Amino acid sequence: MTPRPHLLQVWQDPGRLVALTLREWDLMLRQADSADLAASLLYLVQQHDLLEQIPAPARAKLEWVRPHAQRHRQAVAFEVGKIGAALRGVGVPLILLKGAAYTQAGLACSHGRLFSDIDILVPKAGLDATEAALMMNGWVSGHNDAYDQRYYRQWMHELPPMHHVKRQSVIDVHHAILPQTAAVRPNPDKLRAAAVAVDGQPDLWVLAPADMVLHSAVHLFYEGEFNHGLRDLLDLHRLLEQFGREPGFWNGLPARAVELELTRPLFYALRYAGRLLQTTIPPSVVLAAEAGRPNRLLLALMDQLFGRALLPAHASCADWLTGAAGLLLFIRANWLRMPPLMLARHLFHKAFISQKK
Amino acid sequence: MPAVSTLARPQLDALLRGSGLYLRTGPFTTCIKSTIPHIIDGIARMYAAHRFEPQADYADFYVTLSASAGWRRWFRRQVNFHFDGDHPFLPLPLDQAFPMLEWVLNWCITGRAHSYLILHAAVVEKHGRAVIMPAPPGSGKSTLCAALVNSGWRLLSDELTLVGLDDGLLTPVPRPISLKNASIGVIRAFVADAVMSRAVAGTVKGTIAHLLPPAASIARAGERALPGWVIFPRYQAGSALVMAPLPKARAFMQVAENSFNYSVVGAAGFAALGGLIERSDCYQFTYSSLAEAIERFDALARGAP
Repeated sequence: MTPRPHLLQVWQDPGRLVALTLREWDLMLRQADSADLAASLLYLVQQHDLLEQIPAPARAKLEWVRPHAQRHRQAVAFEVGKIGAALRGVGVPLILLKGAAYTQAGLACSHGRLFSDIDILVPKAGLDATEAALMMNGWVSGHNDAYDQRYYRQWMHELPPMHHVKRQSVIDVHHAILPQTAAVRPNPDKLRAAAVAVDGQPDLWVLAPADMVLHSAVHLFYEGEFNHGLRDLLDLHRLLEQFGREPGFWNGLPARAVELELTRPLFYALRYAGRLLQTTIPPSVVLAAEAGRPNRLLLALMDQLFGRALLPAHASCADWLTGAAGLLLFIRANWLRMPPLMLARHLFHKAFISQKK
Repeated sequence: MPAVSTLARPQLDALLRGSGLYLRTGPFTTCIKSTIPHIIDGIARMYAAHRFEPQADYADFYVTLSASAGWRRWFRRQVNFHFDGDHPFLPLPLDQAFPMLEWVLNWCITGRAHSYLILHAAVVEKHGRAVIMPAPPGSGKSTLCAALVNSGWRLLSDELTLVGLDDGLLTPVPRPISLKNASIGVIRAFVADAVMSRAVAGTVKGTIAHLLPPAASIARAGERALPGWVIFPRYQAGSALVMAPLPKARAFMQVAENSFNYSVVGAAGFAALGGLIERSDCYQFTYSSLAEAIERFDALARGAP
């Protein structure tokens, strides 16, 4: 295998940033663009006060993303405020997931992280009221096809994505973190019960640290599209590095994974964050996470697949198997979503009926 | 950094067909690769005075223009644009390869270089102060710009005004000036020894030819300029020359509408645009004669209101 790209090494070893030549910066910035990580890289360089020490062209290119990243942060805060106002009378607590949660909770992994949708988690019983309240405030559902509506409402763990008619911002309203048709269905009541309030923002909640890590892992390792694979793995790395300094976090993580039936995604998260980004993980936790280890054959295959799909989507990181790895992971993700017969019916519908319109 | 003209034609060919020409345009370096003769000819002719990076260590953009393969190699030939492995646009007829290069060089900047507020406007400078001319296509902006830079004004750009978000200064990206349809003949008549690229008919904007900017403008690409005026030009056949002051609030809104990334850069863009309008005298300008228009602009540069 070729050596790990610098883009994977700098997070655990930022001192390396000043040792890179201009040519190495050139390749790293191209890979960062492909992985949507340019703004994260800017914040990494800045956090370690190294902006003045890197080659001028690289610095100038990193500065291109700063206004966008600043505006993004501001826009997320604004949208979350609007969503909070829309849901005030509904009586469901507003729990943010993923990117919006990282940003509003001020976590390190939100620095420079750009994303398009805001994800929220509400109780299934409050889904109708939430949807109605959002519609009253200008959000509309984009999927008008009857089949798509049924797909989301009966089978999935979220409503069809809703976008705001004026601002075009998109919300995904979740009631669980995996589809209702998947073999593994972590109980969302447990996630909501453990949610923690965001400091200084009344009525705003995020998942507890261990749950946030597990959700991030589920999202990454159950998804079929990996164009943000490295960005999501970096979320895991930064969450683990930040929460890992809090007492009790590491001890509680494997047990919580067992409780939520998420030992497999936790195993993958620790394995690939450790391998690709050199995340610091206590040996006892590595041992405890073995509970989620797949059999040897499957693991050998997954190493090959994730080892490719989690690299930046740039030609310099691809080999002759990269395309095949992406395809197999896409198939796997659908396989994990629903039982085989249902999947066959779904794919048949998507291929031959939906397209005719 | 050497000029492209220092490369013998076989060397330029070899670079473009091989590891790429690291072409410098204003603050940007673009690695260009292409085996298409229209592109190689176009660069040899229109970018001779531009500099390139012989070390080839770093580029802001990686651009490849290639001819389509398969049966398209023989029939209805096409040009494809690749952006560092990405393929963001549909191909165009091969004949439009050089206009496509110019177009994608703009696209690279407008979608990424967000440390500037980027306006869709021509910008020219005299005595250290610049005229910014935002205008919709068909208003005669490029024609007026071409005439001005051949009458003593310096070209910063005929398409992209880069306003620094930190200091409000204008950064030049001097490149060939895009002329459309009737403007091509007008400028041929106006500029005695105009050097133009081959005219390409049938593009979405009609017939397009590019005009080589004065060498002095390219040589001074590193000198930024202060904004002095925002002028919305409009060519109207047979009309008298009118330079009508424009209220600043209205000028602000009209410039914002002509920005590529106003919504991307957020509050910083609002502040930069406010600063720009504050520093500039704003006018609506109607003209029918290039000679009269230039006389009026020269008077502005001399300090006449």
